[in-house]
Amino acid sequence: MKINDVILRTVTKIVVFIILTFGVELFISGHNDPGGGFSGGLVLASALLLLYMTYDIETVHKGIPFDFKKIAGLGVFLAVASSAVPMLFSNQFLNQAKGEFALPVFGATELSMVLLFEAGVALTVVGVVVTILLTISEDVS
Amino acid sequence: MTNALVLPVLIPLLTAIVLTFFRNSFILQRTLSFIATASSAGIGVYLLLRIQSEGILRLDFGGWEPPYGILFVGDSFALLLVTAAATVTSIILLYAFSTIGEAFEKMYVYPFMLFLLAGVNGSFLTGDVFNLFVCFEVMLLASYALLILGGRKVQLVEAFTYITINVLASWFFLLAIAYLYGATGTLNMAQLAERVAENGQGPVLTIISLIFLLVFSLKAGLLLYFWLPGSYSAPPAAIAALFGALLTKVGIYALIRMFTLVFHHSPEITQSIIGIMAALTLIGGSIGALSSSNVRQIIAYNVVIAVGFILVGLAAGNEVALQGSIYYVLHDMVAKAMLFLAGGLMISLTGKAKIGEVSGLIRNYPTLGWLFFIVMLSLTGIPPFSGFIGKVLLGEGLIEAETYVLLTLAFLSSLFVLYSLLRIFLNCFMGEAIIGSEEQVVLKKRTLIPIVMLGVLTLAIGVGADVIAPFVNDAASTLSNPQTYIEAVLDKESLLKQ
Repeated sequence: MKINDVILRTVTKIVVFIILTFGVELFISGHNDPGGGFSGGLVLASALLLLYMTYDIETVHKGIPFDFKKIAGLGVFLAVASSAVPMLFSNQFLNQAKGEFALPVFGATELSMVLLFEAGVALTVVGVVVTILLTISEDVS
Repeated sequence: MTNALVLPVLIPLLTAIVLTFFRNSFILQRTLSFIATASSAGIGVYLLLRIQSEGILRLDFGGWEPPYGILFVGDSFALLLVTAAATVTSIILLYAFSTIGEAFEKMYVYPFMLFLLAGVNGSFLTGDVFNLFVCFEVMLLASYALLILGGRKVQLVEAFTYITINVLASWFFLLAIAYLYGATGTLNMAQLAERVAENGQGPVLTIISLIFLLVFSLKAGLLLYFWLPGSYSAPPAAIAALFGALLTKVGIYALIRMFTLVFHHSPEITQSIIGIMAALTLIGGSIGALSSSNVRQIIAYNVVIAVGFILVGLAAGNEVALQGSIYYVLHDMVAKAMLFLAGGLMISLTGKAKIGEVSGLIRNYPTLGWLFFIVMLSLTGIPPFSGFIGKVLLGEGLIEAETYVLLTLAFLSSLFVLYSLLRIFLNCFMGEAIIGSEEQVVLKKRTLIPIVMLGVLTLAIGVGADVIAPFVNDAASTLSNPQTYIEAVLDKESLLKQ
């Protein structure tokens, strides 16, 4: 018997966007306020998890055709490589630069190198969490 | 500020990450991983030379000055070990190229080896206790993966013990760090040393130091080595050699660093406990090496004996004994890698791991036989090979410290090392050849070359002891005068106070 999950599907369609937005918000505020790549990444991964639970793995894969192991690898690379960049400008390893930029929509925005590092962390967390969950789910079936 | 200090960690780490994207191009994997380890070794030598002229180097990550930020500190002891570790890893990689097999290469064996090296180098270089924990974990995670790679039953059984023990040890490590932070309010090694020296090493700090002793003993295989012979004999020769050469040395390094820099104020407790543990390790390791008839097990027990031998020097605690220990650590990295490779090659050529199942191998593989003979002499401590100088200095130090029981045990253990390896040599290499020249497995030259290189290295360390002497002396004098280390790390602080 097929379970009637109309409500779950409908709610998911809206809630996923709220979760994703919140995840991005957490990630961006990371270096000045509570949040950051790790918690942001976990929230982003939970949105993906909700999608995987509501729909099946194949359907989600059609929409998001990424190899999450590669995403995790890319994340670690981004984090390590961005920490190494300051060395090229004869600054200490992991040194962070920041500056004010006038962006078209946001106006004057402070951008920091930490964002790259945090993006690496977030990608790693998303990649690892989704990979672990997918591996476990494959185990059962 | 010297950014070069982070390179021995950064290069293997970045290379390993990049290589995970090129899973199937073996040529690229091999070339890049070898370049990464070899260049780490080169940077190690470069930094070692700079330390001699500029004193202890340090790198404050992100410009956060100690004691607020995390930093890498390079003194001669750390850099000697970094150089040795990277050199030995690159030679083991050469051996892995021709023996490890396609199945392992597909399963990221080279990236894991590089992650392991990054963790090991990080542990040697870091100047912060929590960072030490992190680097330990990087190294251990890589070693878990390497241990189960291939997935044979014996590997999974041994990996279960190994992982359980290490997770428990890591938990104790974290506990000890929390206690230490609670008691002193800092985790920067130099500031820890300063605060412990100022306030005295009371009973609470001594207990904390004993928890650290427990943790590092588990990792180094000092007395708590019950997990070691099994898990070091399970994986293929190249991986076992990497474990035997590097993993226990990190535990030994941490023990020497913590107990010469921070917890050296009540030697009557800590030093004597280390002495007793080292003595028991020597006895237990010798018994193990003699009682087993499995070549892999005998070799693994030889690792245990060496751990006891090196830490006897820490128990004696004077500068000469520390010099001996440092020489011996360097020697042991090279010689143990060579022993594991030679023994592993013998087993993979014959398919037999028990003494008595094969004999007369020296007629089939003369070079391999004599290489095994060389590593046996080197480990026993016969000149001109590298084990000699370490043993002599350690002996001198032990006489100076008047610890004659340890002295006797340490040198008796050399005899047991000789006997246990001679048993392999006489039974497997000497005697009547039982494998005909038609049925013997062909031994390729490029498989043998890495072992020859290690043989040359052990001879070079022995003959060129004079060349290494200034570095070792500097390392030992920094260890026995912790004030040098503290001042090098916290110099700006003390300037501000004045």
